[in-house]
Amino acid sequence: MRFPETLRYTPSHEWIEVTGKKARVGITDFAQKELGDIVFVELPEAGRTVKAQQACCVVESVKTASDIYSPVDGTITAVNADLDKKPELINEDCYAKGWIFEIELTNPAQIDNLLTAKSYSESYAT
Amino acid sequence: MSYKTPLYDNHTAHEARMIDFHGWEMPVHYSGILDEHQTVRTKAGIFDLSHMGEIDVCGPESVDFLNYIICNNMNRLSYDGRIIYTGLLNENGGFIDDLLVYRKKPDSFMLVVNAANRENDLEWINRHASSFDVTVEDRSLSTGLIALQGPSSVDILKEAMGSSFKDLYYYHFTESKINRSPMTISRTGYTGEDGFEIYGGWDDIPHVWDAILEAGRHRGIKPIGLGARDTLRLEMRYPLHGSDISETVTPLEAGLSWIVDFSKDEFIGKKALVEQNANGVKRQLIAFVMADKGVPRAGYDILCGNETIGTVTSGTMSPSLLQGIGMGYVDPERLDRNNLFLKIYDKQKKIEFQKGPFIRPRIYAKK
Repeated sequence: MRFPETLRYTPSHEWIEVTGKKARVGITDFAQKELGDIVFVELPEAGRTVKAQQACCVVESVKTASDIYSPVDGTITAVNADLDKKPELINEDCYAKGWIFEIELTNPAQIDNLLTAKSYSESYAT
Repeated sequence: MSYKTPLYDNHTAHEARMIDFHGWEMPVHYSGILDEHQTVRTKAGIFDLSHMGEIDVCGPESVDFLNYIICNNMNRLSYDGRIIYTGLLNENGGFIDDLLVYRKKPDSFMLVVNAANRENDLEWINRHASSFDVTVEDRSLSTGLIALQGPSSVDILKEAMGSSFKDLYYYHFTESKINRSPMTISRTGYTGEDGFEIYGGWDDIPHVWDAILEAGRHRGIKPIGLGARDTLRLEMRYPLHGSDISETVTPLEAGLSWIVDFSKDEFIGKKALVEQNANGVKRQLIAFVMADKGVPRAGYDILCGNETIGTVTSGTMSPSLLQGIGMGYVDPERLDRNNLFLKIYDKQKKIEFQKGPFIRPRIYAKK
């Protein structure tokens, strides 16, 4: 399994990639493997304001529905519409083509509280 | 206590994802549920079902005894080698279990029951057997079971066993041998595809598994886990005990009145069912397809207009239809088939009432 060093992670298996004041969010390689074949993503609405650790969308595999939590406070600015037709992008490429939503950070300092690749993979991805 | 089937090492060697299934360590998937599902629909799949229970009932009063404890009529088993689907009901008409009954001889039968209910079933069966001249023997832990399902099943079994079982029709079985070990070959399954269920000795079953996999290799056979078993059965609208039927649900409510024979003198649950039949059921199992996007899951509310009229008991994304499908109980008096919704994440999503199975069955029935 792969956990890029450039990303930050949550105990609930989301990754976040920060670029300036914006960030992209998705689920980790571990999470997509655990869920199995992903068949549907209920995307969040762009413009919605969310809090860290708030459930804001749902990823559905054949077996189960799984809430996705925002890693940070912010406003959702974009969603990955490709997932509507091809939810399997999350299985195929969870860190790039399988991103889920983009968020504008309210408080960029929150990123420092998130897990590094090393601590996530050691403590949660097992 | 955790049980392992004789194929446990085989599953872990194939890198199956294992789960605890009612005390059994079972494969939930190997290559992935979607891939396994499509493999069964287009080629063939092999399933380890050794966790299921096999209970023999024999003796001079076997027919009378079984007629008393099941709701179907044993006279449907009119000759050796026939199988019926039926229910083991409690006094309220609720399903203690659903099961298959195999007629081996006029006074010798095999009951095939769900792994999760085996101990309950046995306790119930033994309790009532004491007033009949029958013997009950649980052979579950010495009997292995493999299912071979899918359109290529016949060709694969022919290669593995040298017979294409041309005269073996759906819901019939025959005794045979694989590598000199006795086997029961049954034309049954839980997928809606043509196929076989093969019962054999605990230690013999791994050899059968290997032989079938070998014979099926160039036909694309794959091992299939419980995950795809669930999506396959759901597309056929087969109920699952513990989800769609239970001790508090009767065959009439579950749309299974065809397995109840009211003409029988007496059987456990008859009184309650006669009453329910006269008064009408208060809830009814329906099936539906998602018209809006979304995946139904057990526990979701079923709405008619804005009013909650029931609950989903099984749901998934149908790998064949690429649409959400499900089943659930509703109040028949408040059911308007053209105005149905599910409540999913607090949103109302439209569903369409489904008549019959979601996918046409392709079983090998006598013409």
